[in-house]
Amino acid sequence: MTAIDLGLPGLSGVPTTDEKQTAKDYKSDQEVRWCPGCGDYVVLNAVQSFLPSLGLKRENIVFVSGIGCSSRFPYYMNTYGMHSIHGRAPAIATGLAVARPDLSVWVVTGDGDALSIGGNHLIHTLRRNVNLKILLFNNRIYGLTKGQYSPTSEEGKVTKSTPSGSLDHPFNPVSLALGAEASFIGRAVDSDRKGLTDVLRQAAEHRGSALVEIYQNCPIFNDGAFDVLKDADEAARRIINVVDGQPITFGREGEYCVVREGFGLAVAKAADVDSSEIVVHDATDLNLAFALSRLSAQDLSHTITGVFRRVDRATYDDSARAQVMEATAAKPADLGALLRGKDTWTVAG
Amino acid sequence: MSTETRKLDRVVIRFAGDSGDGMQLTGDRFTSEAAAFGNDLATQPNFPAEIRAPQGTLPGVSSFQLHFADYDILTPGDRPDVLVAMNPAALKANIGDLPKGGILIVNTDEFTKRNLTKVGYDADPLGDASLENFQVHKVAMATLTIGAVESTGLGKKDAERAKNMFALGLLSWMYHRPTEGTERFLREKFAKKPDIAEANVLAFRAGWNYGETTESFAVTYEVAPAKLNTGTYRQITGNTALAYGIVAAGQQSKLPVVLGTYPITPASDILHELSRHKNFGITTVQAEDEIAGIGIALGAAYGGALGVTSTSGPGVALKSETIGLAVMTELPLLVIDVQRGGPSTGLPTKTEQADLLQAMFGRNGESPVPIVAPQSPADCFDAALDAARIALKYRTPVLLLSDGAIANGSEPWMIPDVAELPDLTVEFATDPEGFEPYSRDPETLARPWAVPGTPGLQHRIGGLEKQHGSGNISYDPANHDFMVRLRQQKIDGIEVPDVVVDDPSGEARVLVVGWGSSYGPIGAAARRVRKLGMQVAHAHLRHLNPFPKNLGDVLARYDKVIVPEMNLGQLALLLRAKYLVDAVSYTKVQGLPFKAEELQDVLADVIKGVPA
Repeated sequence: MTAIDLGLPGLSGVPTTDEKQTAKDYKSDQEVRWCPGCGDYVVLNAVQSFLPSLGLKRENIVFVSGIGCSSRFPYYMNTYGMHSIHGRAPAIATGLAVARPDLSVWVVTGDGDALSIGGNHLIHTLRRNVNLKILLFNNRIYGLTKGQYSPTSEEGKVTKSTPSGSLDHPFNPVSLALGAEASFIGRAVDSDRKGLTDVLRQAAEHRGSALVEIYQNCPIFNDGAFDVLKDADEAARRIINVVDGQPITFGREGEYCVVREGFGLAVAKAADVDSSEIVVHDATDLNLAFALSRLSAQDLSHTITGVFRRVDRATYDDSARAQVMEATAAKPADLGALLRGKDTWTVAG
Repeated sequence: MSTETRKLDRVVIRFAGDSGDGMQLTGDRFTSEAAAFGNDLATQPNFPAEIRAPQGTLPGVSSFQLHFADYDILTPGDRPDVLVAMNPAALKANIGDLPKGGILIVNTDEFTKRNLTKVGYDADPLGDASLENFQVHKVAMATLTIGAVESTGLGKKDAERAKNMFALGLLSWMYHRPTEGTERFLREKFAKKPDIAEANVLAFRAGWNYGETTESFAVTYEVAPAKLNTGTYRQITGNTALAYGIVAAGQQSKLPVVLGTYPITPASDILHELSRHKNFGITTVQAEDEIAGIGIALGAAYGGALGVTSTSGPGVALKSETIGLAVMTELPLLVIDVQRGGPSTGLPTKTEQADLLQAMFGRNGESPVPIVAPQSPADCFDAALDAARIALKYRTPVLLLSDGAIANGSEPWMIPDVAELPDLTVEFATDPEGFEPYSRDPETLARPWAVPGTPGLQHRIGGLEKQHGSGNISYDPANHDFMVRLRQQKIDGIEVPDVVVDDPSGEARVLVVGWGSSYGPIGAAARRVRKLGMQVAHAHLRHLNPFPKNLGDVLARYDKVIVPEMNLGQLALLLRAKYLVDAVSYTKVQGLPFKAEELQDVLADVIKGVPA
């Protein structure tokens, strides 16, 4: 089964333009100041390159960020933008989305911003299904504060703040988002421009909250965290790109596959199983998405990319507007009548 | 029988019972009857923070005090003339406030040994001499109610619950109140449960008839309608008036309103009220927490809506960082703080004015924010409009400081003429020619409100320091110094009306300065002092930041300045710091409004202390 076609397309309400746009149109006049080699550059370029293909009016796109290295992102986009405060971007973006159906609103956040200080806002935004696209730059470290472990750092991480190794068990961001019943969850690796662009496009076109986890390298404080996914041989054995409606296979020749095992999933050699046993990806199946998110510990031994889940569900902001419109149609806004109320008395002169 | 009728100019009645006894509803209904009759009135509910504290205990006592008169009154009254006590706990908790000779009406059915022991009465106070200084009326309200509603076929428990309406009926008879409104109200309220409606109406009538037919009440009382200014009035609570002020601000600015908020006592009723008025283009979002509440309001303001968040002191603490972001991004935002007793969780259902310094200084960095405070329940309407005016005109977050006493208290409100409401329309920036997001209106120093979707005005804002003009990130030392001073100058320059001094004789040498909900008690105390032949001037501040331009001159005109506050002297601290005036603080933090009587003594002492 494939994802249901949405009655209301993801970008419905956002005005489009026939004017030809290029990546350059989306570059602001501000000098980009991430460290040399930072994965953020790749993501910025990917976003600037793919946005023109949406054909939206540039002034109707807004990037809202929190605090952290990745949260500088809006300054570099020649759109509207707000660099807000730590962890709160989803809340601020929710207010904007509720107030303005004509905007394509993007949240840029990191593992500390979204999952630590802003964890509450993230899960509630996903639960409500506010029409926001959330780019979660996950580098598994605190960069802007110079190298403390983050809520996605592996256990035992030795950092400035954990010289004896970190004690915290890390979040699995995709499992967490599924727990909040996010209507769209995707994942990409910063170095995979094509895969990233593909997930971004699907996110943009999704009506509702779309969370995209991007594995992103911090060359200064956590360099090489995702190197195993960037080596061609290693990547072939580890990365499992899922496509809705397609059997889940991977490897250079598609020699590996995903099969059911108990209540979960396991990896098998395609040659060892009947083709009917190979799991076909269904982006509407919450349990399948959850099992995929837990196919391996977060040791990158197997890493799902692509779209875990995409379902059609009423969005908070559309519904809130519908309630207002319904009320407006049902009852005129008569301020005088409201102020008078039911019980009045008159004092004569 | 012949009942004597006495004319009174004013009466204070307090209904007290268990928090499940419906005392708030009873008080509300009596208030509506008084309003319909044309009295001036003021009310003060007092209830526990627990929804249902253990039945019959002192912490579970809920009360409603109502002051009604044939002239314009300022407070809900210091002490009741009549106390209705529905159980021993209510008697014990309230009898200390009843003056000698006061009328006490007691529901004897609840005075069982068990209930008496529960609140520490060794002996039944109805059976000994402890109440001999009062006019005591012992009425078996529950028994009489059960008898009266027998025809409805309701079970004993349901029947007995209508006893509050029995009490209301009895008091309505004693004070010659109109009854049609209450009967209509009961039929509407219980429209889906006709037998319950019938029981309540029967109990209400039984109470009335009880007064009329038994010999125990020799006197009834009349309080004539008040001579208020000509106009049409309604009764209104502070929270409702505040919500209406926000509705009006949306209409007058022609902007959609987005309320982002999180439930908190005593501010939740603002959310409840606004959520019912979506037809005015109002969206209410019950957020996941206080921080998200204000974040949503700020996000909506960024998008060109009138963003509002409502909370109490603990919520303001959580919202502080976002208020700072609104200061830095210079977006309009209305932050409502319905103050309650603090610190921390404090006294959720009790009143206090101790968030003034939090509103003034409770953020990191130099982060000035205008502060507006309503002085009475009805005044919340005007204060909300005024706060919205400042937010929209100067592009700044505004703190609106109401409090628990104003929020839940009620009074008559002369319904304003919509055509006379101020015009709050704003102009969004639209012209890309020379556009700079941090350029300034030369008069107000406000920056342009350039909302997303406007072609050619794409720009980025945020919490980092801004370059004057361009709005780009700037770490330049001189620019930061300039911007800090500019933001301060913008707030200092906000136009607020001069403070008006109430000094009928013009000869006062003592000035009493107040703010917020103490307006009533201070005003009433000043009247009393003047009746005693002394002179006092009263100035009440709606604008706490910036202060009115004439305030310094006003303060300097008097030999002595006294500042009563329900905190430990927060306004006094600001006045002393800014004007070098030797203001004397009078403070009290009991979770209750000042009594006019106590302030009368305080003022009289200060006046006497001023050398001739």
